[in-house]
Amino acid sequence: MGKLTKLVTEPLNLNNPITVQILGICSALAVTVKMKPAVVMALSVMFVLAFANVIISLLRNTIPTRIRIIVQLVVIASLVILVDQFLKAYLYDISKQLSVFVGLIITNCIIMGRLEAFALGNKPLPAFLDGIGNAAGYGIILIIVSFFRELLGSGTVWGIQVIPDSWYAAGYQNNGLMILPPMALITIGIIIWIQRGKYKELQGRS
Amino acid sequence: MKINVQSNLYTFIYASVMVILVALGLSWTYLKLKPLQEENRLKEKKQAILASIGVYTTRDSAQILFDKYIVDNFVVDANGDKVDGISAFDVELEKEVKKDIKDRLLPVFIAKKDGQTFYIFPVYGKGLWGPIWGYVALEDDLNTVYGVTFDHKGETPGLGAEIAERWFWEQFKGKKIFDENGNFVSIAVVKGADTKNDPHKVDAISGGTMTSKGLEAMLFDCLQAYVNFINKEKAKTGERWAS
Repeated sequence: MGKLTKLVTEPLNLNNPITVQILGICSALAVTVKMKPAVVMALSVMFVLAFANVIISLLRNTIPTRIRIIVQLVVIASLVILVDQFLKAYLYDISKQLSVFVGLIITNCIIMGRLEAFALGNKPLPAFLDGIGNAAGYGIILIIVSFFRELLGSGTVWGIQVIPDSWYAAGYQNNGLMILPPMALITIGIIIWIQRGKYKELQGRS
Repeated sequence: MKINVQSNLYTFIYASVMVILVALGLSWTYLKLKPLQEENRLKEKKQAILASIGVYTTRDSAQILFDKYIVDNFVVDANGDKVDGISAFDVELEKEVKKDIKDRLLPVFIAKKDGQTFYIFPVYGKGLWGPIWGYVALEDDLNTVYGVTFDHKGETPGLGAEIAERWFWEQFKGKKIFDENGNFVSIAVVKGADTKNDPHKVDAISGGTMTSKGLEAMLFDCLQAYVNFINKEKAKTGERWAS
């Protein structure tokens, strides 16, 4: 059981897909302007990654090596489109939030990365857990980055104003740069810096 | 019989079967779900029209409230004359905005709430990544904005997508689309200016300049088409309208 639990816990920190594997950066920049879209994205990625992992794992002995990337892409894209179509029919309000992300999920390298690195060589249950773990690790970073970007860039947290009006009256201004992608990248860089400072075994890894 | 998974024939067959299965699967799902999706879309349209007059409803009660508050709807042309034979609800705005103003079909919805009459005009335009649209509700002076709703297909979450949030809509309350001389000026979406006291300006979205500008252009382009209709309506109810 320890081995299976590790699949879920390792990507949360020491093998985090964003800060250690350096995957999924583009979506991390795009959707972390505010916290709410970031959480929606993280949950969507979790669903797609976990099930794509299971499907590819089940098919792993049948896929010809030469077209494996194509097969992975087809599985991911079909899954995302199916989810989107179902939401539009049965959970319309959530689909409105998700439709924007459809393109971003399909091209998220974490999903392709884990399919290549894990699902192709492992059984369905470990693959499922690996998907959950990596998506959770992705989600944690997204939440941290979006928290700071929303707080400093818009003065709100989860849409609720936190910076008091009195501060604005005194001359405080929202940091407009925080809303732009470069600051997200710098924030992620700072997180990587803190993480590697604390967990020395990560240093020296490229 | 041992199948060579790496052989050319197997690869070819595998790819073909996969493509066919996926295509069939996705098409079938789409066809099966289309009626439900269309129903949701129509309900959402009614929700949006109601929201522009401040009536926020769930999708299920949209139809009942729509029939309650929207008392009339019709289509006019650029000269302000009624056009028969087509329902305002069925007009596809994305097709109409591509036409020249003089050829457009312009839907109008009339709402009555708490004894007041409102005129609701749909708008449609281009955001940064895709279409944006909405509804503008004017008070019976056909000048002051009572409420608006906006929506989009794929604007950036947290930035351009904020045009779909209520805080953005609230800004438009009380703004006017005609100036004191009766000229149509629409509403500008600007950065940094003193928008609270200007009846023709609202704040753009920080980081969402392109979407904001697209919205501004959409308002001008779509509302401009109704000017003749508005002038004819004002002439009809001239005594009631005070500038």
